[in-house]
Amino acid sequence: MADTSESKAGDGDLIVIDGVSHTYRTNTGPLPVLDDLTIRVPRHGFSAIVGPSGCGKSTVTRLVAGLMKPDAGSVWLQGERVVSPRSTVGMAFQNPVLLEWRSILKNVMLPLEIVPTRLDAAARERRARDLLKLVGLAGFEDKRPSELSGGMRQRASLCRALVHQPEVLILDEPFGALDAFTREDLWLTMHRLRAEEPFTGVLITHDLREAIFLADEVIVLSGRPATVQYSLQLPDSGPRTLDHLYTNEATETLNVLRDQIRIAREGEEAGQ
Amino acid sequence: MRQVFVRLLAIVIFLCFWEALVWINDWPNYKMASPSDLWPAFWRFKGLFLTFGWETLWRTVVGLLIAIVVGVLFGMIMGFSRVLREGLYPLLVGFNAIPKATVVPIVALMFVGQHDLNTVLIAFMISFFPIAVSVSIGLSTLEPEYRDILRSLGASKVTIFWKIALPKTLPEFFGALKVAVTLAFIGTNLMEIVSPHGRGLGALFDSGKTNSDYPLMFAVLIALAVLGIALYYVVVMLEKIFAGWAERSAE
Ligand SMILES: Nc1ncnc2c1ncn2[C@@H]1O[C@H](COP(=O)(O)OP(=O)(O)OP(=O)(O)O)[C@@H](O)[C@H]1O
Ligand SMILES: [Mg+2]
Repeated sequence: MADTSESKAGDGDLIVIDGVSHTYRTNTGPLPVLDDLTIRVPRHGFSAIVGPSGCGKSTVTRLVAGLMKPDAGSVWLQGERVVSPRSTVGMAFQNPVLLEWRSILKNVMLPLEIVPTRLDAAARERRARDLLKLVGLAGFEDKRPSELSGGMRQRASLCRALVHQPEVLILDEPFGALDAFTREDLWLTMHRLRAEEPFTGVLITHDLREAIFLADEVIVLSGRPATVQYSLQLPDSGPRTLDHLYTNEATETLNVLRDQIRIAREGEEAGQ
Repeated sequence: MRQVFVRLLAIVIFLCFWEALVWINDWPNYKMASPSDLWPAFWRFKGLFLTFGWETLWRTVVGLLIAIVVGVLFGMIMGFSRVLREGLYPLLVGFNAIPKATVVPIVALMFVGQHDLNTVLIAFMISFFPIAVSVSIGLSTLEPEYRDILRSLGASKVTIFWKIALPKTLPEFFGALKVAVTLAFIGTNLMEIVSPHGRGLGALFDSGKTNSDYPLMFAVLIALAVLGIALYYVVVMLEKIFAGWAERSAE
């Protein structure tokens, strides 16, 4: 068993989720959440995962981050099996979870206090300031999180996820709580960040337009217990403009995905 | 500056009102001493006020410090372990429900003659509960996402505690400390009044009572108020320094 996993992991994909199943033990009995889930993301690839609410998407991110161990199957990053959290991962959530007692700059620099780094103090600060500038937060370095708008906080949270130059970026609905305009603005920021320093990423989202605008591949999960129901490779992976979303091609893609989500939800209802 | 002036004015108006009340009703000293009687009382016992005031102060502060150490320790234990929280909480609540006035004579008998120990012990017992509860609630309600941002980087439990759990709990801790400082002060005085041949402002109050020196009793009350205010504002100042950010984010 271990041998086959070993060989699978060595074939070049940076993130490998290999036949993972997971069951939560709750007060009301066992709750199977993931069932033989297999997802692979190549180096510098960016995959969006969509699926019905509560199907287990956040569970996937926690498994990839090493915050939990799967009941069965295995997770591999850079050819190494994930058994505990590792410093080459950056995470951002729907809630920006900035620390109120720190300035924005100090919040962004937080991972550099944990992760071993060769940078000296001045270089760390420069790194954080550069990132903040890149997402349009220049001039807000010394402000407290409470002095920023929701969108600005989410930008800062993205900077914190990226500051230690992680190999893997895990985003769990980071734009979910934002208004449509701010969200589109942040999509463009994401493309800018990716062009500046490529990373390999997983994006959980409820927004299909967001998925096809940001990702190279969209993976639709079935209802709980989740497995891959459908996956769609998007034709172009480079930077895009928002106009792209209003082409016929994009509309067709969206319709296909919407159908798949509908099927996933019907399957879930039938299973209950 | 204006703030200081307003506060002083309020005190002066209060004293005038008090003086007038006593004067108009023609109350004798044993019913209600007037502010003009207080100063002579202070002056007559100025040495005692200083030494006893100091006694009361340090006993309260030591009791409070022990309460902080023990309270934070209990709070951490209950905050991090659900099993221990469920086990300890009813015990603590029960302990806290006992009116401390009934414990005072028991402790006074238990360690008879050891005034310092007695007094510090009561100050500690009466004030550690709010600290323990606030710390445990602060720690146990820490959102998992806060923990995860550091845990996902491979940070140790100790690092997570220092960088996130502790600072996030500070506002609640100081809120409780403001309550605790007042309680500890009450505890100290209860013991000083009750224990025979005691020292401290409470003992001075008691001797005023036995000698029917009513202006002295009122003077002690004023001295206690001044000490209590001073202690309270020390805590407020510490709060501003260590948890000032919470004030701004609450706006
Ligand atoms: N720690 C836990 N213990 C028990 N059950 C859990 C736990 N975490 C999640 N669950 C359950 O597992 C299921 C999947 O949770 P998860 O958070 O992964 O879903 P999700 O796809 O991210 O949902 P959403 O789209 O609403 O964010 C849910 O039904 C949830 O109630
Ligand atoms: Mg989720």
